[in-house]
Amino acid sequence: MRVAIAEDLFLLRDGLTRMLEAHGFAITAAVDNGDALLAALREDPPDVAIVDVRLPPTFSDEGLRAAVAARKENPGLPVLVLSQYVEQLYARELLAAGSGGIGYLLKDRVFDSAQFVDAVRRVAQGGTAMDPEVIARLLARNTGDGSLSVLSPREREVLALMAEGRSNAAIAQRLVVTERAVAKHTASIFLKLDLQQSDDDNRRVLAVLAYLGG
Amino acid sequence: MGTLRDRGRAAARGLALALLNPAGIALILVLFVVAQRSAGGPYLDQNLLVTVLVTLPLTCAVALAASLIPGLSAATRRLVSLIRRLAGDWCGVPIADPYRRGTPARRDPATWRDTLWLSVGSSLCLLLVVLPAALIGIGVIAFLGSRLFVAIPPPAYPGNSTASILVFGVALIAAGLYSAPRMLKAYGLLAKSMLAPTGSAELERRVAHLSQTRTETLDSGAAEIRRIERDLHDGAQARLVAMGMTLDAAGQLIDDDPKAARALLIEARDSSAKALQELRALVRGIHPPVLADRGLAEAIRALALDTPLRIHLSSDLDQATRPSAPVESAAYFAVNELVANVSKHAKASQAWIDIRHHDEMLTITVTDDGQGGADPRRGTGLQGIERRLAAFDGVLAVSSPPGGPTSVTMEILCASR
Repeated sequence: MRVAIAEDLFLLRDGLTRMLEAHGFAITAAVDNGDALLAALREDPPDVAIVDVRLPPTFSDEGLRAAVAARKENPGLPVLVLSQYVEQLYARELLAAGSGGIGYLLKDRVFDSAQFVDAVRRVAQGGTAMDPEVIARLLARNTGDGSLSVLSPREREVLALMAEGRSNAAIAQRLVVTERAVAKHTASIFLKLDLQQSDDDNRRVLAVLAYLGG
Repeated sequence: MGTLRDRGRAAARGLALALLNPAGIALILVLFVVAQRSAGGPYLDQNLLVTVLVTLPLTCAVALAASLIPGLSAATRRLVSLIRRLAGDWCGVPIADPYRRGTPARRDPATWRDTLWLSVGSSLCLLLVVLPAALIGIGVIAFLGSRLFVAIPPPAYPGNSTASILVFGVALIAAGLYSAPRMLKAYGLLAKSMLAPTGSAELERRVAHLSQTRTETLDSGAAEIRRIERDLHDGAQARLVAMGMTLDAAGQLIDDDPKAARALLIEARDSSAKALQELRALVRGIHPPVLADRGLAEAIRALALDTPLRIHLSSDLDQATRPSAPVESAAYFAVNELVANVSKHAKASQAWIDIRHHDEMLTITVTDDGQGGADPRRGTGLQGIERRLAAFDGVLAVSSPPGGPTSVTMEILCASR
């Protein structure tokens, strides 16, 4: 699997490169600003681009804008955005920039390399990886107005993991239950929230995110 | 300049303003006599001129003497304050309050100016406000006279025919109505020249205000830095120390007990994640990253997404006219606090935030559909916002009738970036 990285801090860029290489990824480009990333993506399109939100020269949301621009230029290009902080506002913008192949994670998530690599793979294959903190805030907002009170505590846990973009198998592993049990929970969630069931993992994630974001 | 009714009202208001002065009452009586006489009425005062010449200075002197009596100075001040308010409401010339806080009335230069105005100034200006009403009054009396006292030829009018008297009366009334709003305005301006704070008084007040807000700003800045220091000391710093110790212990164990070393390494990793989390929360409290990235409107939009309230945001801010960074920050935290208040206390389900930036003035209104009854004097939250806005010459107005809705408006003076 081929990855392009845009991260301005040398240590982090280097660390990411080494970690991904150790997990069998090939790095097509490792750059430190948005323009160089766009050029690298044009020259040698990777399977997934990993982009830091804050990049030179403005050190504001340069990376986010580069990611949105890259997806406009090359629809469906999987992009995983990393940031020191997460904002629902930015998550929405990324999700609005086209369905599938979107990740938005805190930089801390690289601490757990197994989980992080899993997220990179998922995004590269057109899936979704939303940071647990984004989902937690979405859930808090929806719990505030009572729309999630129909769900049991376990169902809420499953909903959160589903919204992060995880498959039934991954959720089962995480909650230490069988996949069948997870499938039962998800079916119940979709019924209770009146959502369209879908076999496609990513469509399911997007439906849940749309529901929570509404 | 307004309808006939407005003009009539202006004339009446002029008369009312005149009544706020002892000399005015005398003048109105005199004018009444003049009107009677010119209309050919039965009262003819041979000593009219003498009356005018004596009455006016006499009442001025009485007014001057009265306002000098210490016990009456408070009453004088109230009367003049009423005139100031009426100048704003009626004449369209708002006049600021010039008094020094904490200075006894007799040592305040503004007291002398008040007295001067009441005794001499307003007496001289009386004619301005009484004239329109007098013209109308004389016109009406002429009109009535021509109907009621047709038998008595009024010698004061040109010509003797009823028609010419009628024309004269109508002309006077028209002149009165025409001049009334202008005269009222002129009176207001003259009053302002005497009753408004003088340049030096204005400066004195400004200096007092600035030194007070500076003290408050420095205090709250220092408190904020202490809070950050404490948060770093108890949070991230402590965690990094613990992490270093855990890593050291892991290093010692790694050969003899790799399993235990591994557990310690995981603990160190979790510790670093917690430290990051705390730093993130701290940074958000100092200067939210979205605010730095995108500016005020987007930062408030991001804030809105994080609250359970349904928030409707409208804004005319754009990147080209971003307010300066300190103003953005103050406005952001003020809105943050207001939204938190709404979620906590108002029992509201929706809120509307409106941001306008015109003529160097940033105006933000936060309205909710909650239960109302917010009292800015009781909650420390609203007072805190007000204090912080004061550093930018900002003001805060709260309207919160019981039963709602609550609406808080902030105005912050700001130059564009």
